Amino acid sequence: MGKRVLLIEDEPNIIEAISFILSRDGWSVATHSNGHDAVGVVLANPPELLILDVMLPGKSGFEILRELRDAEATRDMPVLMLTARGQTKDREMAERAGASRFMTKPFSNADVIDVVRELVAT
Amino acid sequence: MARDTVTGSRIRERRIVAGMRQAELAREVGISASYLNLIEHNRRRIGGKLLVDIAQILGVEPSLLSEGAEAALISTLREAAADATAVSPELDLIDEFAGRFPGWAALIAEGHSRLGMLERTAATLTDRLTHDPHLATSMHEVLTMVTAIRSTAGILVDTKEIEPEWRNRFHRNLNEDSQRLAESSQALVEYLDGAGDAGASLSSPMEEVETMLMEHKYRFPDLENADGDVAAFVAAQPMLQSSAARTMAETSLRRLRTDAQQMPRDAFAKVLDKVGLDPSAIAHAFRVSLPAVFRRIAILSDDLLETPAGLVMCDGAGTLMLRKPIEGFSVPRFSSACPKWPLFQALGRPLHPISQRVLVTGRDARQFDCYAIAEPIGAIEFNVDPLYHAYMLIVPADAPAQNANEVGSTCRVCPAQGCAGRREPSILVDGI
Repeated sequence: MGKRVLLIEDEPNIIEAISFILSRDGWSVATHSNGHDAVGVVLANPPELLILDVMLPGKSGFEILRELRDAEATRDMPVLMLTARGQTKDREMAERAGASRFMTKPFSNADVIDVVRELVAT
Repeated sequence: MARDTVTGSRIRERRIVAGMRQAELAREVGISASYLNLIEHNRRRIGGKLLVDIAQILGVEPSLLSEGAEAALISTLREAAADATAVSPELDLIDEFAGRFPGWAALIAEGHSRLGMLERTAATLTDRLTHDPHLATSMHEVLTMVTAIRSTAGILVDTKEIEPEWRNRFHRNLNEDSQRLAESSQALVEYLDGAGDAGASLSSPMEEVETMLMEHKYRFPDLENADGDVAAFVAAQPMLQSSAARTMAETSLRRLRTDAQQMPRDAFAKVLDKVGLDPSAIAHAFRVSLPAVFRRIAILSDDLLETPAGLVMCDGAGTLMLRKPIEGFSVPRFSSACPKWPLFQALGRPLHPISQRVLVTGRDARQFDCYAIAEPIGAIEFNVDPLYHAYMLIVPADAPAQNANEVGSTCRVCPAQGCAGRREPSILVDGI
């Protein structure tokens, strides 16, 4: 069983695609699709890496990340943020919230795998 | 030559530009050629319906022919000067400039007006792009679908060995996502098309309504009976581009129709003959509200009075919602009006009619009799604060009075000094 990655994303077909490519790359992928209870889900079983969408129902990815950075168990957890908005202010918000990396949709599968490998290796 | 004596010369100039013979124009407006000749040589004063008719035939605004034309032009030039940042136009030569080079002056004024409209459009569109939740959601939807398609397509192409079950699943996903993308992008294009139209109108809904009303000279005989289809009429007006303007126009037209039904033109003319231009007496005669009388006077004045009357209406926030312009009483198009107008005094004393002689500051310094009142909107209910609309009828004064209250148009172009209501400095630092 590979290292565990948790993907929090609300679009089912993106969940399916990312889950597939990461599984094929040897990762153990768990998924979750809303922002309401995302913090609790992460804290209950912190993954090696969190892939977090910004626009989620219930709570934004920025808010979730801020709360996770306040918690001891997830303070240093690698987090890759995904967003459909690539504006400078979104990047700045992601950095301020504590994102390890930031990727703008649409991205390539190869890029996702590269960044995931890179983040977990460090 | 004094400003108010050259209207005839302007008519002559415009007629020649239009390539019309004197006799031809005279026949079109129903006067003799010799009378038109006297007008054109400034030997007969002209105003009211005849001036409006001549302007219509010549295809120009009546104000361009009348004595207020230059004043309006100069007022716009002053606004242009006030907005200038890199240059300092010679304000003391503004009269001479407009008088000697009216074409160039008009070009500057037109450019200034257009620039203002374009700036407002740019601001509106920028605001929309930045803050519009619908646009943000649409863009997010499109990008999400593109991401899903790109990722799924990448899997199908790059994965050499893929189980049939997964392949079928990804094919189905591709189909679903591409359909959603088509719908999302179509919706986005339609939305952006709509946004483009709104921007292209280059005007506010109030201006669109105003243009429509002016184009019809505020008269809608076909709508005045109960069968008149206001909604269909509004839908057929090309100048009403935005839905906000169409809604506002429908409200205005229904109100004007009610006024016309309560005060038919001929009956109104008879009462006017009997009681004179006394809004209160007319309201009593027809048992209608004063705002209704104000509206009816303003609309029928072009036809029944020697000089047209103006009308402005505002809401409780002081935002002007209806304007029937009148020569010599400048109503600002975009900036806030003079707080000393009886219109705004009426808002402070709802249901209390105010009549006041005012002297409009400025080069012409004309006097007007203003009648104003604020009335509640909708039904009055216990323990519910009513909202108000205020109306002001503006009638050119017959003869000057000593006790007129000075009012302006808007602070920027008002020369009054020491005014407690001033919001911003005037560009007319040395007066006129």
